[in-house]
Amino acid sequence: MQTTHSVLSASNLSIGYHSGNNAVTVMQDINLQLHSSRLTAMLGRNGIGKSTLLRTIAGAQPAIEGTVQLGGRNIGSYRPRELSRQMSLVYTDRTQAGGLTVRQLVSLGRYPHTGFFGRLGKHDRNVVTQSMAAAGIAHKETAFVAELSDGERQKAMIARALAQETPIMLLDEPTSFLDVASRIEVMTLLHRLAHDEHKAILLSTHDIAQALSLADELWVATHDHHILQGCTEDCILSGAVQQMFAHDGQNGIIFDTALGNFEIPLQATRGYTLRGDNPTLLRWIANALRRNGIAATGDAGTIIANTPTDITLTSQHTTHCTSIAELLAAITQ
Amino acid sequence: MMDMGKIQILGRNVRGGVVIAALCVAAVVLAAANLTIGAVDIPLHEVWNIISGTGSDNDVWELIITQSRLPLVATAALSGAALAIAGLLMQTLFNNPLADPSILGVSSGSSLGVAVVMLLLGGELGTLFGSTIGGYISILAGAMVGAAAILATLMLFSTLVRSGTILLIIGIMISFLASSFISLLNFFSTQEGVHSYVIWGLGNFSGVTNSSLPLFAIVTLLAIGWSMLLCKPLDALLLGNRYAESLGVNLRHTRNSLLLIAGLLTATVTAFCGPIGFIGLVVPHIARLLLNSSSHSILLPCTMLAGAVVALMCQLVSVLPASGMIPINAITPIVGVPIIIHIILNRNKIKYFN
Repeated sequence: MQTTHSVLSASNLSIGYHSGNNAVTVMQDINLQLHSSRLTAMLGRNGIGKSTLLRTIAGAQPAIEGTVQLGGRNIGSYRPRELSRQMSLVYTDRTQAGGLTVRQLVSLGRYPHTGFFGRLGKHDRNVVTQSMAAAGIAHKETAFVAELSDGERQKAMIARALAQETPIMLLDEPTSFLDVASRIEVMTLLHRLAHDEHKAILLSTHDIAQALSLADELWVATHDHHILQGCTEDCILSGAVQQMFAHDGQNGIIFDTALGNFEIPLQATRGYTLRGDNPTLLRWIANALRRNGIAATGDAGTIIANTPTDITLTSQHTTHCTSIAELLAAITQ
Repeated sequence: MMDMGKIQILGRNVRGGVVIAALCVAAVVLAAANLTIGAVDIPLHEVWNIISGTGSDNDVWELIITQSRLPLVATAALSGAALAIAGLLMQTLFNNPLADPSILGVSSGSSLGVAVVMLLLGGELGTLFGSTIGGYISILAGAMVGAAAILATLMLFSTLVRSGTILLIIGIMISFLASSFISLLNFFSTQEGVHSYVIWGLGNFSGVTNSSLPLFAIVTLLAIGWSMLLCKPLDALLLGNRYAESLGVNLRHTRNSLLLIAGLLTATVTAFCGPIGFIGLVVPHIARLLLNSSSHSILLPCTMLAGAVVALMCQLVSVLPASGMIPINAITPIVGVPIIIHIILNRNKIKYFN
């Protein structure tokens, strides 16, 4: 793993908003560090305050209590132009940028570095070209933003953030409108940028699978309004990820530590013992049973799976099945 | 050898250059047509002689050109440019392609200010200033205060409501409110006051005389020049407020500047020419469609020229019937509405909407 250091920290932070004279706190006692050369993913339910936390860290919203420190200074003491050289942001906001070309859009990232009229020098143009190449959107340089797919548009916005040349990049649900292929591409791109360009990249996401596979660190917004931070795998194994959702034994959503996904706990009335050498086959048979309210352990019978077309069910009598559909039919009849 | 990128960039510059050159030619042709055509048709070479200082044998023609048509052409061109720029600034600022001084009620606010000056204080001011510069300044001040009040109200609402459509509806409501106050003022005013106010409200580029033209020109040109200095933040605003802020745009400062410029331009034109609709709404769209670009460094000058061209065109149409002038506000919707409907129907194909 690459050397890394903390570029931004939050201490005793309470975040929220002011409604009239009252401060409404959405999260409190937050102590966090954002590290360079790492992709950090923030997970949490909708409405828990992920966007508020991002905005507070970005200095766009004042904290209710505590501080956000960037380069030894409180984030609130930065002027907008100063801050825009430290931090770039990618939102999912609707823009009016359809009538700009990709190059013009990415060039807007040079805003903090150009003069009064925004003229681009040779260096600025080179940075724009490199940013488009790094984000994998260079081939669309002369296309209008309106002509891009959702995935390409998000890459163009990431290229724009790259052109800003900031050590920190914050992204608010950058993959939310994307199809599976684009999600994987964007997440892989962000992971590569964090490692190759030594940036500290923080994104909020609901895509648990991608976050668990590609994020170096997790910030888990818990159901009781705190944030747990740690290396991704430590968060999984320590039960931190489970803290996203409240659960009381039988009810609620539970995190399957082995599979790395969230599920409603199974309340099985019976179960079958699974045998076989192929873990993939057994995993998907268990999945099929589970969907039908049947456990993959138990004494209702035995399932011996050799191949997907050679499955034997033994309970009162023995049935040979040539597909999982047949197996399910035999069990549930 | 030139690489592809350079050719593309050159191509875009060429398009911008061609559009601007074409608009300049159109403006000159329309200005010439406006000088020759009218209640009295004056031959083009005579017009040229009068303008170039050679003089004409016909004193009446000379009087018509220098005292009436030259200020008229200048006023129409400046008003068109001013309203178009105001519309563009508001469309970018409010992130709404249908924003425009007349739709958001800024024109109504100016009208209310003018109505207060003309109808309530009118008699007094009339005797004090007559149609002197002082009189114009008081009308201008009334329009400015009215526009500023509406803009301040809009700003307040724009911090409260996120949706551009809701803001638009609030603007329309404010506009109705201003109209209602104007009706009340009319109800309690004298007949002459009402008459002059109604005539003013029809829209008319001939209200600016040679004595008030310098003031009108200085205010509009300064405000337009100021807007040209804001190309960089305007481009950033295309990404929306949050992105603009993250790029280091001082939002409060930029917003205030843009509103002040839009207000100044609208108020000045409204004070002198009446509340003129549709130019501010339509012209920025015409410019964007011609340029195929939303980049303000080219869009602003193009919008300014297109505004002048459209206003000169409307002015020309207004003098076509032999029996007097058609009010400008009867013509601008005929030009504007089909274009707006075309844009709304084709919004999925138009790049800058997506």
